[in-house]
Amino acid sequence: MRLDGVAITFPLKGGAVYCAVEGIDLAVGPGEFVAIVGPTGCGKSTLLNASAGLLAPSAGRVDVFGQPLSGLNGRAGYLFQADALMPWKSALDNVAVALEPKGVPRREALDQARAWLGRVGLKSFVESYPHMLSGGQRKRVALAQMLIRDPEILLMDEPFGPLDAQTRQLMGNLLLKLWAADRKACLFVTHDLEEAIALADRVVVMSAGPAARIIGDFPVPLARPRDTAEIRLDPDFHRIHKEIWASLRTEVQKAYGAEEIA
Amino acid sequence: MNRAKLLVLQVLVAVALLVVWHVVTVYPIVGQPKNLQFFFSTPLDVLSRVWRELSGGEIWGHLWITLQETILAFVFGAGGGILVGFVFARNDLLAAVFDPYIKAANALPRVVLAPIFALWFGLGIWSKVALGFTLVFFIVFFNVYQGVREVSPTVLANARMLGMNERQLLRHVYWPAALTWMFSSLHTSVGFALVGAVVGEYLGSSAGLGYKIHEAESVFDVTGVFAGMFILAIFVILIDSLVTVIENRLLAWRPGPSGAR
Repeated sequence: MRLDGVAITFPLKGGAVYCAVEGIDLAVGPGEFVAIVGPTGCGKSTLLNASAGLLAPSAGRVDVFGQPLSGLNGRAGYLFQADALMPWKSALDNVAVALEPKGVPRREALDQARAWLGRVGLKSFVESYPHMLSGGQRKRVALAQMLIRDPEILLMDEPFGPLDAQTRQLMGNLLLKLWAADRKACLFVTHDLEEAIALADRVVVMSAGPAARIIGDFPVPLARPRDTAEIRLDPDFHRIHKEIWASLRTEVQKAYGAEEIA
Repeated sequence: MNRAKLLVLQVLVAVALLVVWHVVTVYPIVGQPKNLQFFFSTPLDVLSRVWRELSGGEIWGHLWITLQETILAFVFGAGGGILVGFVFARNDLLAAVFDPYIKAANALPRVVLAPIFALWFGLGIWSKVALGFTLVFFIVFFNVYQGVREVSPTVLANARMLGMNERQLLRHVYWPAALTWMFSSLHTSVGFALVGAVVGEYLGSSAGLGYKIHEAESVFDVTGVFAGMFILAIFVILIDSLVTVIENRLLAWRPGPSGAR
């Protein structure tokens, strides 16, 4: 998947235009795990929505497997930051329903959904409704819901943002384990640099908005399989962290400065 | 608070009210018992009348008529409300064009429609069903409209990303959202269906609970009026608890006391 010169603008009240991101060139290779980090309000999620086809770019183009994207990106799965499960369906139904658009028969969909819920460690919560589950458990259901469709690209928008630190690490490990099984192309948005380094093959840094750009692209040559908790103690991790943080820091300060003025 | 204690307290309230009623109308404390009994009857008279009515056969026919009217008014009102609410919520232009008319129609006191409905549909059950319909329709309509419009954008975007087409979105997202809102107004709308039926009967009919009350009223049979109200109250409580049972079954997914298992 590649983004070519993508810019996204939003109309503001009074005819003005807010330019969220501008001149974005980004390619995610097959099986590559790319993390996007940037200060708050830099348009990371906007970029992800454009990749998903939920937003149309105002300039530039999004190509998916060499085809220009029009409408929704049917080959991608999307993991949202907010709760996106259907509250009126049990965990099992929430996961199984993801197969319905593919035309999988109901019985088979339920079997597969059960297997996926087992894989994310929710075997005994199959019949639970979302409100009965904890935030981490809901995320795991959402993860199963995304993965059961076997999408070729995974798009994730700060999916573990609302979770506590321990749960985030567990979720990170779970994600890496599932991802390692068949290595999909993966675009992961986060504001947490450590999480980005722990998970990704490449970390892309965005500048502060408005008109945010990509200002850095850092490879993460850490060996896999990784443990998201232990890898933070690795000296290489520190070196990479230091390097990326140097470029991210000024942007974070800019973002906060801009907020103070506004 | 445990259930038994609550029940005792609830019964105590009823007993206290009945005792006050009894004392005031039987003993000459506030005024002449004979005068007061003409206006207020006495609880023992009312209760014995209720008992006589319920053990006799006639009242059941009236109750059955009222029940029929209530159910029909609810079914048609809810059906129409869901349908129109759905269509309006999915079609902004339609909603905007009809907005003032919907508001005007809803602001109309329904009692003034009763004579017209009696004219159109006769004095049988259908004029009462029509009256109940006008009450139920708007409650359900507004709730469904709101429900469909306020589907969480994230849930919707997620369902789209799962590849759902318009029909599947309707079935898995919009429809359950609309139903949730309809069920949350179930108590109100069933209550209003009953109000429509009884008021319709009261204003012109030859059968039903409202007719019974009206009949007693027209001969200054205060005991009969109170007895009718008493039976009506029992009837309402029964219907309402039935609604609660249905609600708990259908909305088991919802957090809170109604969904707790």
